[in-house]
This record gives sequence, structure tokens and C-alpha cells, in this order.
Amino acid sequence: MATEATAPEIHGHRSLQHHFENMEQQREAGTLGMWVFLVTEIMFFGGMFLAYTLYRSLYPAAFASASNHLDITLGAVNTGVLILSSFTMAMAVYFTQIGKRRPQVLCLLLTLLLGLTFLGIKAVEYHDKYEDRLIPGRLIPGHSFNPQVQQEGQPVDPHKLHLLPGATVEKVEMFYWIYFAMTGMHALHMIIGAGLLTFLLIFSLKGRFDPEYHSPVEVIGLYWHFVDIVWIFLFPLLYLLGRHLEHG
Amino acid sequence: MSEHIVSVRVYITIFLVLLGGTALTVVAAFFDFPWQLNTIVALTIATIKATFVVLYFMHVRYSSRLVWVIVAAALFWMGILFALTFSDYLTRDWISIQPY
Repeated sequence: MATEATAPEIHGHRSLQHHFENMEQQREAGTLGMWVFLVTEIMFFGGMFLAYTLYRSLYPAAFASASNHLDITLGAVNTGVLILSSFTMAMAVYFTQIGKRRPQVLCLLLTLLLGLTFLGIKAVEYHDKYEDRLIPGRLIPGHSFNPQVQQEGQPVDPHKLHLLPGATVEKVEMFYWIYFAMTGMHALHMIIGAGLLTFLLIFSLKGRFDPEYHSPVEVIGLYWHFVDIVWIFLFPLLYLLGRHLEHG
Repeated sequence: MSEHIVSVRVYITIFLVLLGGTALTVVAAFFDFPWQLNTIVALTIATIKATFVVLYFMHVRYSSRLVWVIVAAALFWMGILFALTFSDYLTRDWISIQPY
């Protein structure tokens, strides 16, 4: 009787749910569940990567022309910002695992701020595209897709679209549909991630996580890294695909 | 606790590899590779970067076999998505059929 009474005490962490044997089983179940969710996310983004690949293979010149109009500096800086935020997120998990609260809070805060920096830079880029009238279709009333095209012999204007041989404005619009769909969906994931990080930050300040119980930090970390991976593929595919044609 | 804790040194190394990969892919984009290899080069660098993130930042290297199976399943199904779609689109002009 005595052993039965003390058995729950041994594993009796306050965050242990009754349907799990112990904390380790609970943590592994959570991680596994997150990975299954991430598989559905991979398939979701996979559909858009498929659309991108298909239309790029159909309209290579237009895709290269449209891609060259994107700001490579802002794109590269944003890639660096996101990688750094992935690093601070990984460090937040690390400090939770070893039970150091202050650096854990600091890392979560840094991750959140870097995520917001990414979104800020993205907003600047979207505004540039708005100014150059590159928002596809009639998404914005009275401001339909209507970029100015760089003519042969005119002085180079970075706000004008430089069409490579074989490219047309209509096909460039197709690129921008895909660009805004993919980066927009990615940005939405970043916004959701920022919300999740805010939640982590509040609970971390309350001291809810410790080396025994840190599944929320680990699992939201997995989500954050996944969003980073999507950008690792988006950056070269959207920003870099036609650069060598412009300078070759 | 049987959980594996990745060391700070590993995290910093991966971070630097990822930054280096980003710089490399930007430089490579301006270089005119023969046989239109630019896309292959860019995707190879991106895949290597993603693999490092999955294995170390996402701890898959130290995770259970079950997690490995789930990651592999995602890649397998992505393969089906692309293979079946492009077996259609890329082979449409191999035979000439009169449009109906």
C-alpha cells in the first residue's frame, strides 16, 4: 500500500496530465504531435512551391525579370534576421532545459523582436511593390497591377520593370500572384508565431517552465524553425533566380 | 531525464553555417554557371541549410525513430506531389495529339 501511495509522488510534477505515465512520455507525445502537424504544414506550403515550379517552368523569362525587381538587400538581410531568430529560439530551448530563467526570458524576447523586425522589413518591401504598382490584379481598389516598363535606351530607373527577352507584363503578374501568396502566407505564419512567443514570454515570466516541463517552448520552437526553413527556400527561389541573366 | 541537450557550441556552429550559406547563395546567384545550373546550386545550398536546421535546431538528430519516420513521410509525400504533377506537365509535348 505504501509503495502505491508514493508512486504518484515520484512523477507527480504539477504539469503532468493524468493520461501520461510520466513527464518524459508526455514530452515525447507532444513533440511527436507537433511533427505530425508540421507534416501537414509542409504539404500546405508544398502545394504553393509546386505552383511556383510549374509556372516558372512555363514562363522562365518573365519570372527572372520579375524576380530581379525584388530588393535583394532587404531579402538577404531578412534571411539573416530570421536565421538569428532561429538561433535565439534554439538558445531559449537550451536555457529552459538547463533551468536558467533569466537568459530564457531574454532569448524569447529577442526571438520575438527579431520576428517583428522581419515583418517590418517585409512591410517596407510590400510598400515598395505597392508604389511600383506591382500588387497583382485588383486587390487594392483603384490601384490595379500596372507597372512601368523600362524601355530600351532610357536611363535606368529602379522603379521600372526591366523585361528580359521573351517576358511580358501579364506573365510578370503571374509571378507576383505567387510571390504575394507565398510570402503573405509565410508572413501570416510569422504573425501567429509572434503571438505564440508572446504567450511563451508571459508564462516564462511566471516561471511555468523548468527542465522537467518545457514542452511548449520546445514545440513552439519547432514551429518557429519550420517557418525559418520555408524562408530558406523562398529567398533563393523568389529573389535570386534571374540575377545572373541581368549581369551576364 | 533521458533528453539530449545540444551544447551551445553546436548551436553557434550551426548558426554560423547558416549565415555562411546565405552569403554563399547570394554570391552564387550573380555567377553565371554553365548549363543553367544556377537553380540547382541555389537549391542545393538551401537544402543543406534546411537539413542543418532540422537535425540540430529541431533536434531530429537526437529524436526517436518515430520522429525520423514522420519527417521521412513528409519528404516522401512531397516527392509524390512533384513527381506525379511533372510527369504530366513536362511530358505533354512528347507526343502530338490533335486538340479536341
